This record gives sequence, C-alpha cells and structure tokens, in this order.
Amino acid sequence: MDNSSEMILRVAGLQSLIDLLRAQAWVVVGPTVRDGAIVHAPIESVDQLPRGIGDLQDGGSYRLRQRGDEALFGYSVGPQGWKSLLFPSRELLWSGQRDGADVAVEPAVVDPPRLALLGVRSCDLHAIAIHDRVLTERAVPDAAYAARRDNIFVVAVTCSDPGGTCFCVSMGTGPVPDRGFDLALTELLDPAGHRFLVVPGTARGAQVLDELRALAADEAAMPADEPDRLAARDVGAQAALRMGRALDVDGIRDLLYANTEHPQWEDVASRCLACTNCTLVCPTCFCTSVDDVGDLTGSTTERWRVWDSCFNTDFSYLHGGSVRSSVSSRYRQWATHKLASWVDQFGTSGCVGCGRCITWCPAAIDITAEVAAIRSRED
Amino acid sequence: MVPRPFRLVGRRQDTTDTFTVLLEPTEGDPLGFVPGQFTMLSAFGVGEVPVSVSGAAHVAGPLQHTVRDVGAVTHALSRASVGDVLGVRGPYGTGWDVAHGHGKDVVFVAGGIGLAPLRPAVLEVLSHRDRYRRVVVLYGTRSPDDLLFADSLADWQGQGVELLVTVDYGPPSWAGRVGLVTTLIPRAGFDPKYTLAFVCGPEVMMRRSAMALVERGVTPDSIRVSLERNMRCGVGLCGHCQFRELFICVDGPVLSYARVAGLLGYREV
Ligand SMILES: Cc1cc2nc3c(=O)[nH]c(=O)nc-3n(C[C@H](O)[C@H](O)[C@H](O)COP(=O)(O)OP(=O)(O)OC[C@H]3O[C@@H](n4cnc5c(N)ncnc54)[C@H](O)[C@@H]3O)c2cc1C
Ligand code: SF4
Ligand code: SF4
Repeated sequence: MDNSSEMILRVAGLQSLIDLLRAQAWVVVGPTVRDGAIVHAPIESVDQLPRGIGDLQDGGSYRLRQRGDEALFGYSVGPQGWKSLLFPSRELLWSGQRDGADVAVEPAVVDPPRLALLGVRSCDLHAIAIHDRVLTERAVPDAAYAARRDNIFVVAVTCSDPGGTCFCVSMGTGPVPDRGFDLALTELLDPAGHRFLVVPGTARGAQVLDELRALAADEAAMPADEPDRLAARDVGAQAALRMGRALDVDGIRDLLYANTEHPQWEDVASRCLACTNCTLVCPTCFCTSVDDVGDLTGSTTERWRVWDSCFNTDFSYLHGGSVRSSVSSRYRQWATHKLASWVDQFGTSGCVGCGRCITWCPAAIDITAEVAAIRSRED
Repeated sequence: MVPRPFRLVGRRQDTTDTFTVLLEPTEGDPLGFVPGQFTMLSAFGVGEVPVSVSGAAHVAGPLQHTVRDVGAVTHALSRASVGDVLGVRGPYGTGWDVAHGHGKDVVFVAGGIGLAPLRPAVLEVLSHRDRYRRVVVLYGTRSPDDLLFADSLADWQGQGVELLVTVDYGPPSWAGRVGLVTTLIPRAGFDPKYTLAFVCGPEVMMRRSAMALVERGVTPDSIRVSLERNMRCGVGLCGHCQFRELFICVDGPVLSYARVAGLLGYREV
C-alpha cells in the first residue's frame, strides 16, 4: 500500500469509523472494562472503550490501574483473546432424530455474525493466523471456524504499553501489527493531540478509509503527515523495548525434545494445579472434546464440541488408564506442544508470547522461566 | 464431522466380551478403506469411539468391526441388534500397506483384540498368496476362551499360513503354548533379512514384540505398529491423540517402528 491512504483520526474520527462499520452491518466488538478486567463486548461508542485505563500484569496477577491520561488502548491483552468468537467454547456439531430404528442426522447450521473486531493486538493477529493454519488448512477443515473467520473485519492496534508478562518480541509476533488486519491503528498522545494513525492492510480496509474521508468532519479525519508517521513508529519501537518477559527461542524445538526427561518437569509439577487455566486463556490452544446428549425418550441426540485441555486426566484416557497420568507429563506435553512439536506439525511456534498463561496461572508458573530453567541445566 | 447412518445387518459374539458388527449404509455407497484404517463408530446418544475395520477390503460386503466391550460406548455398541442404526465416520488414518511385503516373508504379531485390525491385512495377503513368501501369524491372547476368529485361523492355516498361538493362562485342558507372544518370535519360520512385520496389540506388547523382532534381525523400518490413543475427531482437529509431533489419527495409527521407537521409550508421552 502506498501511504497516501493513511489517515489521522481524532477520537471523533474513531467514532465515525465505528459508526461507518455499524452502518455497513458489522457488529463492532471492542475492549470494555468489566469486573476489573478488559473484556471484549459489542460497542457503539468510543465512550465504552477503557479510557485512561492501564493494566499491571505479572505471574498469577492482573490489576487495572488509572493511567492518568486519556488513552483508549493503553493496556495490553486481557484474559479473553478473540478465540471464543471464532472458535466457541461449546458448539453444536449435529443433531439426530430417531424414527423407529432409523436415525436422521442433520449437520448444525452455521450462521456467523458479521463481526468487526476493534483493538486486536499483534500477538492475537498471529494467533488467529495460527488457528487458520490449524483449523482450516487441513485434510478435513473446521467449516464452522472457516465460516466465522470469513465474516470478520479486523481493526488492529499497535501496543503502546506492553504488559508485565508480554514477550511477543521474542516470538517475532509484535508489538506492531504486520499482517492479518484490514485497518491498523496507532494511538498517539503527544503535544500534537490525542489521535490515531490508521493504516489500511487490505483493499477492503482502504475502501473503508475512503468512505470515512468523505463522511467524517474535516478536523476528525485528516491525511497523515510525516511527523505523525514518525511518532507512530516510535510508539512501536518504544513498546518493543518494554517487554515484561523474554524467551530465548534459539534451537528451542531440539532443546525440549532432548530434555524430555529433565528434572524441571517434576519441579513444575510440584507447583502446577492442573487447573487448565493456561490452556483456556491461550489464544492458540485448540484441543476439544465432544459431548453426546440425548433427551430422556432417546428420540433426539446432539453432539456438542467443547474446549478441552491437555491438563485434564481424561484427555489421554485409554481403556485401563490415562497415558499422561502424572502432572509433570501433562505440563511437559503442553509446553512441548506450544514451543516444539507445533513447529513440526504446523511450521510455526504455537506460542505468540501474549503472556496470558503466565498472568492467569494461579500458581504463577511462567513458561519463559520453565524453559530458561531447562536451558540452564541441560542434561 | 457428521456420522453416516449404517444399519446393523449381522452380529456375531466372538468371545464373552468381544463381538463383530456387520454394517451397511442406509443410503449411498459402501465405505471404501484400506487394511489398517479405522472409523469413528457412534452409538447414538451415548458416544463415539475409534474402531479399526476387521473385514476384508478387497471383497464387497458389509463393513465389519470387531469390538471388545470395555466401557460405556463399546457396551452400547454391544447391545445393538440387527436392524439398529449406528453412526460411521471415516475411514481415517494410515493403512498397513501390506503390498510393500511383495516378494518377502510377512509376519503378523497380534496381541488380544489386536488381531482385529490385522485381519484385513492377512486377508489381503491371502488374496494374493503367490506374491509373498512365508506368511506367519503369531497370536497371543489371555486365555483359550479369548481366541478370536477361531474358524478363520484354521482356514488361514489351510492357505499356507504358519500360525503360532499362545495364551497367558491355560487351563489343564489346554494343550497349546502358554506364555507371552514375544516368546513365539524366535521360533517362527521367517528370514529376518527379507521380512516385513506388522504388530498390533497393547502398547507394551507392541514394544516388546518389536524389540524381539529387531533382536532376531528385522530392521526397525521393516516393522509396522498400530498405535492407540484417545481420539475424539479422527481428523487431527481435537488434539487428543497427539504423540509429541504425531497426530495418531492422521499420521497413524499404522507407523513405522523406526519412526516411533525412540518416543515409545519415554514414559507418558
Ligand atoms: C485407531 C484405533 C483403533 C481401534 N480399534 C479397535 C478395535 O478394532 N476393536 C476394539 O475393541 N477397540 C479398538 N480401539 C479401542 C477403542 O476405541 C476403545 O476400546 C474405546 O474407545 C473404549 O470406549 P468406551 O467408551 O467403551 O470405554 P471407556 O473405558 O468407558 O471409555 C471412557 C471414555 O474414554 C474414551 N476412550 C477410551 N479408550 C479409548 C481409546 N482407545 N481411544 C479413544 N477413546 C477412548 C472413550 O471415548 C470414552 O468416552 C481402537 C482404538 C484406536 C485409537
Ligand atoms: S503459551 Fe502462553 S504466552 Fe504463548 S500464546 Fe499461549 S497463552 Fe500466550
Ligand atoms: S500451569 Fe498454571 S494455569 Fe496451567 S494448569 Fe498448571 S496451575 Fe493451571
């Protein structure tokens, strides 16, 4: 894209963007504050965004704080990724009607909503790209995911204030959105005023900007100039220097494969509660199970797909017992899958460095620290 | 992900806990498969489990599955009677590729219900008996009462199969061998340098058998095993069957022992 289509939006211009997307029949889903956390919800107004709110994240801890400024995107990722919108935690696969001995099976109808996702961070863009690979580029793709995925408009945002558990720089996934968006915003809060540099990533995004230009008041949406671009670049560059965590990924696949029997796995097992939080908050975890439910008369049955976790004992159950009965083997499976076997399976890491698994672990277990411990005491 | 309705057209009780179902689609084409593949078999309203095909691939006829009743779903399957409808998805996974054994000795090592997934492979070999040299079936089971496919076994012997059977526990009336199936490997008549071996049974049994075959001189890449893991989808999406980088439902269940020998050596992978 040549940069003539880039624009500067004031807060009123951001409101015009939301209005325009809504007028184009998109349901705009963006960050809001609820129960002391940043969560995604349908929004209509910039007033619903978390103005002046930041966050403090560390192993096992998450708190919102007042930033003392007007920033609308001045926090990092909250507990929810976008996963549950594209890949619901519970989804009907099919239903069957019994008629005598016969059973008629009907696939579930997927009628995906048109969602405009506002404020998607770079790590989460990469997570969506990973899910595209895992769920759609397969011999038997997940058609419901693909249908939902085809019905989203993505407005990304550059991270300006990374969280204490972020390590996207180590994973090469952030903090500046590099792909997978229709529009990308960078929030600027300097003496030149509160504004957003907005860059199109697709023809569809550029089209929206053209319409916005025609629609918004002159002072709310303006052409971007060079100082704006430099300021925006600086936001990303500064953020990259303030990662809360780091992970040395050099040779990590071979490192973990070679240390299948490292004593650190037992060490982490003495702390891990096998609560499954890390897998539920992880934007790339995709494991599921199925529940068959029937009514009392046995005339209808349904099969539901539900999120599952490799930390559950039942996950690897075979007649006679679970393959991974020890917690150490389950943590090892999770970490090795994220960082090593995922590479063999899908050609990328399964971790985007969003830090959620660290923040939301009740035992403050930190995948970056566990891997560092293995690296420092290699067998 | 949607099962096709198949009608139960025949049922056989093989042993006290093992039975065979014969299934035909209520509409549409019969299921094509290669020996070693499995389907996801549903008892409507109860659940779905992976089960290997146990019938011949090269002759038309109902889809056959031989199932051991070990839990909720397999028990519900055991209660289905002729006329009932079950759900079938698949076939899924890799096959035994027995044709790679043309011109060689082929050795089948089965433990318990593991004979069921091997049966289509044995039948394929026997349908082209002249393309193979010696055909050996080594079969170990818990007790004489647990012997599967007794009629077929006699039949196979008639078609030039060297069959050696052993049981873990034999009553005084049992005149045959007692001991693990691995003890049959040193005494069977095959030339390890020109052998392709197919092993199916509980994981420890497959590992010990593969090690005994290697001991005898068969190279690890001439040994195939069929691994079993929990499976919820059969197509690599549910994640349950992962064996480090392998999805057993897609990359397996049949895998070269050379590929998995190292991984099988670790506990709880
Ligand atoms: C590729 C493959 C081929 C198989 N072929 C045969 C065969 O030909 N004949 C045969 O008798 N058995 C076969 N099995 C094993 C069979 O799938 C299990 O015995 C069956 O799933 C047990 O389910 P259940 O509900 O009756 O038992 P339970 O013990 O009650 O199972 C409880 C739960 O665990 C799950 N579960 C238990 N064991 C397995 C398993 N091995 N795989 C997946 N999920 C499991 C079940 O889905 C169930 O929901 C095969 C397994 C695999 C992976
Ligand atoms: S493993 Fe942890 S840091 Fe990596 S993507 Fe998942 S939740 Fe984020
Ligand atoms: S690592 Fe933490 S979040 Fe994950 S299962 Fe263990 S205790 Fe729960």
